Amino acid sequence: MLQPGTIPMYQEVTGNAFYIASAIKVLVAFVVVLVVVAMLTLLERKVSAWMQDRLGPNRVGPGGLLQPAADGLKNILKEETNPAEANRVFFTLAPMLSITPAMITFAVIPFAAPLPTPWGVVPMILADLPVGILFLLAFSSLGVYGIVIAGWASFNKYALLGGLRAGAQMISYEIALGLSLMSVLFVAGNVSLTQIVWKQQQMHMWYGLALSISFFFFWISCFAETNRLPFDLPEAESELVTGYHTEYSSMKFSMFFIAEYAHVLTVSMLMATLFLGGWDIPILQRDNMFGEVNGAWLGHAPAVWVTIVTFLAFALKTFFFIMVFMLVRWTVPRFRYDQVMDLGWKIMLPAALAAVVVTAATVLALDSAGIPMERLYWGFVPVYGLVLAVVNAVMLGAVLWVMDRGRTLEGTGSMEEKRRIAREAARARAQTRRVPVAANARQVV
Amino acid sequence: MAIKVKVMKRSKGRSSYVRATLKGMALTFRHMAASAGDRSDVTIQYPDQKKELSPRWRGTHVMEQHEDGRPKCVACGLCPTICPANCIKLVPGEDDQGNRYPIVYEIDEFRCIFCGMCQEVCPVEAIHVGNHYENAEYSRTNFVYDLDRLMAQTHPVTLLWDPSDPAGE
Repeated sequence: MLQPGTIPMYQEVTGNAFYIASAIKVLVAFVVVLVVVAMLTLLERKVSAWMQDRLGPNRVGPGGLLQPAADGLKNILKEETNPAEANRVFFTLAPMLSITPAMITFAVIPFAAPLPTPWGVVPMILADLPVGILFLLAFSSLGVYGIVIAGWASFNKYALLGGLRAGAQMISYEIALGLSLMSVLFVAGNVSLTQIVWKQQQMHMWYGLALSISFFFFWISCFAETNRLPFDLPEAESELVTGYHTEYSSMKFSMFFIAEYAHVLTVSMLMATLFLGGWDIPILQRDNMFGEVNGAWLGHAPAVWVTIVTFLAFALKTFFFIMVFMLVRWTVPRFRYDQVMDLGWKIMLPAALAAVVVTAATVLALDSAGIPMERLYWGFVPVYGLVLAVVNAVMLGAVLWVMDRGRTLEGTGSMEEKRRIAREAARARAQTRRVPVAANARQVV
Repeated sequence: MAIKVKVMKRSKGRSSYVRATLKGMALTFRHMAASAGDRSDVTIQYPDQKKELSPRWRGTHVMEQHEDGRPKCVACGLCPTICPANCIKLVPGEDDQGNRYPIVYEIDEFRCIFCGMCQEVCPVEAIHVGNHYENAEYSRTNFVYDLDRLMAQTHPVTLLWDPSDPAGE
């Protein structure tokens, strides 16, 4: 790692240039995110079609590329229905509450290496908040308010059930989400996402490998947080019509739809940043740069090509997670409600807690042994990361072994067992309450 | 509540949740990779491509006509008699030479069950069912094809049997 001062000095933009750069970044990022979200709706339909040996939408534009535009136009022009008994204020507020947090969370995710310009170096992040992850957690959990309010304000039993389920599910999985993040936070020693990317570069290992069990729990929680298919109980079509947005039509419905895909995108970007090194390119050292700290440039010199390549790396990682989201959605059936709760409270919560403790102990041991995080032993072995990786891999293996073959999550077989026990209990109760009958009456069993 | 699980007597490979999930995901991924880029070979892009109809396909009727544009129909009345759906309306007429011709000949395509018996029974091979199926209309009355419309149909007629092997042997 280069020490400060060994390379030509770079400074981040200040003053008016900062404001202009920020405005441009906000505009470009917002437009890009909206377009990507629109394209995600198309991608989902295309990917699902391909998985089912169909073609998917291909009528509007080349290969159906303009389908999102057509959908948007249709949704704007459609009639908006307001149920007579619905609470008008909250009914209107809910889609906004749903879409705003989904759109805001992009602000704290770094999407490329800093870009050098004649006016200074521009960090490729909209707002490098020192409380990055806390901001993200706060806003991503705000999204559930939109869903719960939508379910309640619709004056519809299915919508209400969907909203309740969303609330219960989000709370259950937010705990595992937060716990799995804790390992990342104390290994990185910081909550700013730029710092986390930098620490992963320094450690010569992505947290996805070093903290694999956290990665696994975070991933599962993300499915639950975004209401994607194995956990899409809030809108379970076969049970609740479409759950919380049953009563919504036209653009309001569309806003829920956009919010869901925006969440998918956010969560994919977040996982790429936290666990796959963000915009870091593996092996390549040239992209290891952090930025300006107290007037000194930390890491390698920024360059335009590095920014472009790192952005591509980030996009690729995000795309990987999005594809996994879609693959899982079109493969795995929906959990039963008690299974969702079992998984959240009985497996993920204790296991994540144990994982945090074990990882913390490992980090403490490594620190006490005086093994520096940045050091490569014998030139290429990142001992610090490897030890963490082995410990986490063992835990992950144990969790997978426990979760496998119905050892913890109950299948339908156990439901039969439950029914049998319930039948026996009922029979025993009936025996005790039986009124004494005449001796010559026929015994009924 | 004790967590008591009944695990069915199956081999590990078949009862493993993790392996089953991964297997399923591999399957969907294979299908996606196989038809990515709209390469699915089972889909027929209907308005653009059409499936080739069998020569025995029985669809919209066609009335054959003579070179001078008169219908071949001799108004014998066999087709309205045999029609199981009772969808053919025929009013016979006779001209000065004593030739019978249909004054009114209407088929309600909405009511027709496309059995093809009218074609089988026709002694002069005038009425035919045809290789055609796209007969959507905006109103019910439009489904009643009159004589002019039946004669104006241009699609090929149905071969109810192979001419070289009429008995199907």
